[in-house]
This record gives sequence, C-alpha cells and structure tokens, in this order.
Amino acid sequence: MPAYLLRRLLYAVPILIGVNLLTFVLFFVVNSPDDMARMHIGVKRATPEAIERWKVERGYDKPMFINDAASGSARFTETLFFDKSLRMFALEFGRADDGRDIGQEIRERMGPSLAIALPTFVLSLVVSISFALLLVFFRATWLDFWGVVLCVAMMSISSLFYIIGGQWLVSKLWALVPISGYAPGLDAARFLVLPVLISVVAGIGSSARWYRTIFLEEISKDYVRTARAKGLSELAVLFRHVLRNALIPILTGVVVVIPLLFMGSLLVESFFAIPGLGSYTIDAINAQDFAVVRAMVFIGSVLYIVGLILTDLSYTLADPRVRLQ
Amino acid sequence: MSASSVILGFQPVLLWTDALLFLLVALALLAGMRARAQAPLRAAWRKVGRRPTGMAAATVLLAFLVVGLVDSLHYRPLLPALERVAGADGGGPASGAAPAAPVVSTEVLSALDALLAPLRLRTEKTYSAPFAWTLYQRETMETADGGQVRDYPRLAHGAAHLGADPGPARAGDLALGLAKALAQAALAWLLAFVVLASLVWRGSGLRWGEVAAALLAGHTVLAWRAALVTLAVLLAVVGVCVELAPLYHVLGTDKVGQDVLYLALKSVRTALVIGTLTTLVMMPFAVALGIAAGYLGGWVDDAVQYLYTVLNAIPGVLLIAAAVLMMQVVIDTNPHWFDTAAERSDARLLALCFILGITSWTGLARLLRGETLKLRELEYVQAARAFGVRTPAILRRHILPNLMHIVLIALVMDFSGLVLAEAVLSYVGIGVDPSTISFGTMINMARAELAREPMVWWSLAAAFVFMFVLVLAANLFADVVRDAFDPRRA
Repeated sequence: MPAYLLRRLLYAVPILIGVNLLTFVLFFVVNSPDDMARMHIGVKRATPEAIERWKVERGYDKPMFINDAASGSARFTETLFFDKSLRMFALEFGRADDGRDIGQEIRERMGPSLAIALPTFVLSLVVSISFALLLVFFRATWLDFWGVVLCVAMMSISSLFYIIGGQWLVSKLWALVPISGYAPGLDAARFLVLPVLISVVAGIGSSARWYRTIFLEEISKDYVRTARAKGLSELAVLFRHVLRNALIPILTGVVVVIPLLFMGSLLVESFFAIPGLGSYTIDAINAQDFAVVRAMVFIGSVLYIVGLILTDLSYTLADPRVRLQ
Repeated sequence: MSASSVILGFQPVLLWTDALLFLLVALALLAGMRARAQAPLRAAWRKVGRRPTGMAAATVLLAFLVVGLVDSLHYRPLLPALERVAGADGGGPASGAAPAAPVVSTEVLSALDALLAPLRLRTEKTYSAPFAWTLYQRETMETADGGQVRDYPRLAHGAAHLGADPGPARAGDLALGLAKALAQAALAWLLAFVVLASLVWRGSGLRWGEVAAALLAGHTVLAWRAALVTLAVLLAVVGVCVELAPLYHVLGTDKVGQDVLYLALKSVRTALVIGTLTTLVMMPFAVALGIAAGYLGGWVDDAVQYLYTVLNAIPGVLLIAAAVLMMQVVIDTNPHWFDTAAERSDARLLALCFILGITSWTGLARLLRGETLKLRELEYVQAARAFGVRTPAILRRHILPNLMHIVLIALVMDFSGLVLAEAVLSYVGIGVDPSTISFGTMINMARAELAREPMVWWSLAAAFVFMFVLVLAANLFADVVRDAFDPRRA
C-alpha cells in the first residue's frame, strides 16, 4: 500500500506540471502581459508608462523563461515562469490585484465554503440514494415511472431557477431565513439552511436517476436472485446486497469530488453572499484578477488528484477483493 | 459592396456559427440518407419513432430548430434611399448609369428579425407586464392644462388598437383574439393531419379513412399520435402568439422596453448553437485522439491519456473561466478583425463553443478509446489485418462506423447540459457576449429586478419556461436515442 501511494503521488507530478504549463501558456503566451495591461488599464489610457507601471506592480516585467540579465541560478529564477508558475508548487500564490496575499485569503475562505459544501454533499448523497432505492423497490410500477419523470423534469430546470425561486419563496415570501449573508460560528446556521436546501433539491434529479440506473444494473445479477431465492426480504436484498455491491460505481463518481468541496460552489456562494472560495473566484473573474484565477486552477487540480487517490483507497474499504499494489 | 446587395435589397451575411449550424444540418441529412440505406440504423431510428416520448420530444425540438435556423439567415439591410448621400441622380437604373452606391447598415439582422419586425420595433420605455396597457411604474406626467399628475403612463404600442382606456374592452378583445387564434390553430392542425395521414396512407394498401382512424387511435407503428398531440399544443401556443403578439406584449417588456417574447425567441438560436456546435467542434479531436489511443496503443495511448488527464484535472468552470478571460483579451485587443458588432459577438460565441468543447471532449475520447480497444481484438478486424489491409483503411471501414453510435449518443446527451451551462456561465460573466440575446443574458438582466415591489417576474419566467421546455424535450429525446442505439440497453 505505501509503495502504491508513493507511485500515485509521483504520477501526480507530471500531471501537475502539465496543468502548470497549460495555465502558463493560457495566461502569458496567448496574451502578452502588455495586452493584459492594456485591457486592464483601458485601451484609451494605456500609455507606455502606465503599462510599465502595471507590469512592475504585479511582477510581470520579467522575461518569460530565461533572464539574460541575471547570472547563475537567477537566470532561471528571475523569470515569469519561475515566479508565477513554479512557485505554486510551494503553495506561494503571490498577491491579488488588491494587494492581499492570495494564500492567506484562501485559508480564510475555506471555512465558509466547507460549511456550505459539506452538509450539501452529505445530505444530497443520503437523499438521492434513498430516493433511488425507493424507486428501485417499486420498480416497474407507476410510482417508479412517475418518479423517473419527476427526476427528468427536475434535471431540466436551470440551477439558477432553483436558487432564484428558493430565495424568493423562502426568504421573501415566507420570510423564514435571511436572503443572503454569513456570520461566523454557530450563528452561520440560519444563513446556511437555505443554500444547502436549494443545492440538495437542485441536485436530486440527475443523481437519483443515476443511482437508480446503477441499482437496476446490479439487481439483474445472479447473486440477487440467489438472495431472493433463499428467502430474504426485498428490503434486506436491497440494503444488504445491492447497496453494497453498487458501492464501487457510486464511489467512483462520489469520492473524487470530496476534496473539491473546499473550492465551494460558484453560483450558490455568489447568490447568497457567502465569503467562500466560490465567491472569491467569481469576484476574481469579474475583476479579471488573473493571479487569483491561476491560483484557483492550480489548487483545483491538486484537489482533483487527491480525489483520484482517495477513490482508489476507498475501493479497498468497500470491496475486500481490491488490493492496491 | 457586392452587386447582389443591389439586386436583393440587402447584403447576405454568413456568420461563422451560421455556416457551422447549416453544416450540421447538412451532415444530419446526409447521415439520415445513409441510415435509410442500412438496415440496423433504420431499425434503431424506427425504435426511436415507436416511442411516444421520442416522437413528442422530436416535434418540440424540430419547432425550436426551425426558429433557430430561420434566425441563422443573416443579412445587412440597405439603408433607405433618403438617408444616402444625394449624388448620382441620373436617369434611373434603366438608363444604364451607375446608381448611387447603396449603403448597407452596420446592423446585422436575421430572417427571424424580419418576420418579427412588429415585435422587434415596437419597444416601450421600460417594464410592462404581459398584456398590460400601461407601464409598470408610475411617472410624473404633465396634463394638458399644465398641471402635473402621477400615474401609470399609457404604453405606446401595447393594446394601442383599443384607444386611450382599454380597461373594459380588453377582456373581450383578448377572448375574441384567443378564440380566433384557437380556430386558426385547429385549422392548421387539421391540415397537418390530412397531409400526414395521406403520407402514411400512400402505398399502405388501406383506405384513407382507416389510416386516419388508426392515427387518431394510436395504432400506427410509429407513435404519430404523440407527435400530433404535441403539434396541437404547439400550434395553439403559436396561434395565440401570432394573433395577440402584434397587438399586445404577450410576455411583457423588459427594462429597456423590448418585447420579452422576441427576446425569448432570439435566445433559442444561441442555445442551439451552444448545445450542438460545442459537440460538433470537439468531435474531430475526440474521435481522432480516442481512436488513435485505442488502436495504436503504445506511446500514442500514453500521450493521449496524459493529455486528457491534465485537462480533466482542472475543474471545468475554472478552465472555462481562464480560457474565456484570455479570449476576451484577444478579441478586445484586435477590434479590427470584425466589421460589425454582430460579427464580434458571433466570434465570441464560437470561441465559447470551442472552449466548452475543449473541456468536454475528454469524456467522449475516453469512451471511444475503450470501445476501440475492444473492437481491435474482434475477429473481423484481426482478419482484415491478416489480409494486409492498411491501418487507415481498417480505421475507416471497420472501426469508425462501429463507434458512430457513441458519438451520436454523446451529441444528444450533451445538448441539454450545455444549454443549461450557457445560462450559468453567462451569469458568472464568462458566457456569451452581453450583447448576444440568450437565456443567460435574459436571466442576468432580470435577476436584479426581483427585489422590486411589485415584482418583475415575466422576463425571468419567460426565460426559464422556454429553457425548461427545450431542455426537457432534449433530455427525453436523448434518453430514447440512447435506449435505441446503445447495444447494452437493447
């Protein structure tokens, strides 16, 4: 197992380098820092001096890959690529346009993001799987049919509608919870109820239908027939046999997103004014703060790779036949 | 200035997305013709046609497609002669003298704009509710005797045919219009029914009446009855719009007084472009790389797998955000590439399709790679190899045709997700150009108005309902197509 983990971690390095190169090309080669400066300042006011000042402020005035002016190792370290790209491996993200340290900001905003993403994740998992099991229990009846119709209808509704409609109904019409905002500590609960609820409802349609397909595939297998033949009740068959055997495909889809929960949700956080990483990203996109977007891309891919490794580990827990070597 | 514009009275404009959309339609027709010739494909499509949901969804999608295609015939109108510089006023065109050089407008319109001219041009000052005759807000107005009064201003166009105070007459007028619309819809439906029955009857060997009865009872092989019922509902809605939209603002007006029905209809094209072209532009990459990785193996496989793992590792929204931000810089720093604003926003739309395609081809490529791995070990492929058939020929003749069902399923399955994604991306600010009319921009503009009292709900509702119908139809159709074409679900 340790050897396996080590190999997976080493395998992650070239992928991260690839991500890094890709973002570097996107942000510095497709458009030169001069172009970005011109757009940021505004084409009309972009004098050469202003552009130069903009670049110096952000450290974009260095050469791309090799600094001929410097000597020794500084030839490579005093460059854009080293400064803006390679430093990310040490989790040094530099400063945002407003002068604040991005790493610090990310650490502060992880909490609120997680406070909303974690309950959402757990609740939607429980609700969707229960709903799917219910549909499978009543399979080939009108309940199953209309349940699937409901799922398809629910997944055809824009997530924006769920958020806008939910805010309007619960906060404005019924005035049960505040429309948006956030408070630290336990006080946060009353701000979090609605966004969590809305995210869960918005996700049920597609995930319940997906789980139902997985369960139905499992239920036509021989061991299920055996279990029924030896006299087990349908409930015992579903919960003890089908659910456990369906775990592998479920884990494949689910575990990989757990680390990404840190990133929060762009839409929900921005609609509910929750100071998490999702709204941080949206603000950065709207303000065209490239340093922040770059940092989020890098963190996102690191978390994705962690998720892949966790997925493999979870297989060994769910299925004793799986051994990682 | 081309000669054609003088003769036609307008200058045709072919935007990139138009060209690709028509290419897609041509490809679909070609594929349809091929499918007719091949028994297994014909059987699969018949399976789609036998399912009532499939036929009903296809009818709705077809209606949206017609709207989108009509909206893709772009042109630039000639400016009226009066506005041209007075100059060459010779003996008229017949005398052979060069007529005054016509000036085309920089505004790019589409055939749909021309059809909906009454809707497009009759703008109000600001918000007004559906079927209203006054604006939504009170305004201070001057009365004839110089005093000031605060009241709801009368709309310039909504219910204009009913005079200054349509209050009492409006209900009767609406009822009359509704009745007329439904009668026309019924007539149109009857016509469609007769044409369909005659088509089914031709060569069936039955009497016409028997065929018509079978159609109505739902006893035909293909689920024509579902299509007819859907058509009836569609025609009723269209009829009401055709009858009442020229007189009222059926879905109200938005902040700058544009008719919401017009905006919703214009959004259909954007949704279709994003939903279909994204898959179309990414398909060549996915197919080429997927097949290469699966068939050739070795370092090609490693390279392709590395590529899609890297792309997968970046969370989709962030990759899209990064790419869109960069594309924006490119477009903004090169304004000279585009003649008109429409061309610019079209370039942005197409770029968005490419960006969405880049982030979504990995799933398809992985599926195709897996399937190719399986196919290359099959006996007929091995036999072809043993006979010395060269690799390109094997790929073309034996591998590719057996992968097309996966591509087709991906095309229909991705559509609804992409339409929904457009709205979200436009909200986040990394979607279509703000000047492009789309469901996303409609929702974005209407969102801030929910806080008003009383609420401005109609543009949001219109965008969501149109989007819901389109996506629901696409989802249902996709399910039916997948069931019919996926051999594992047979």
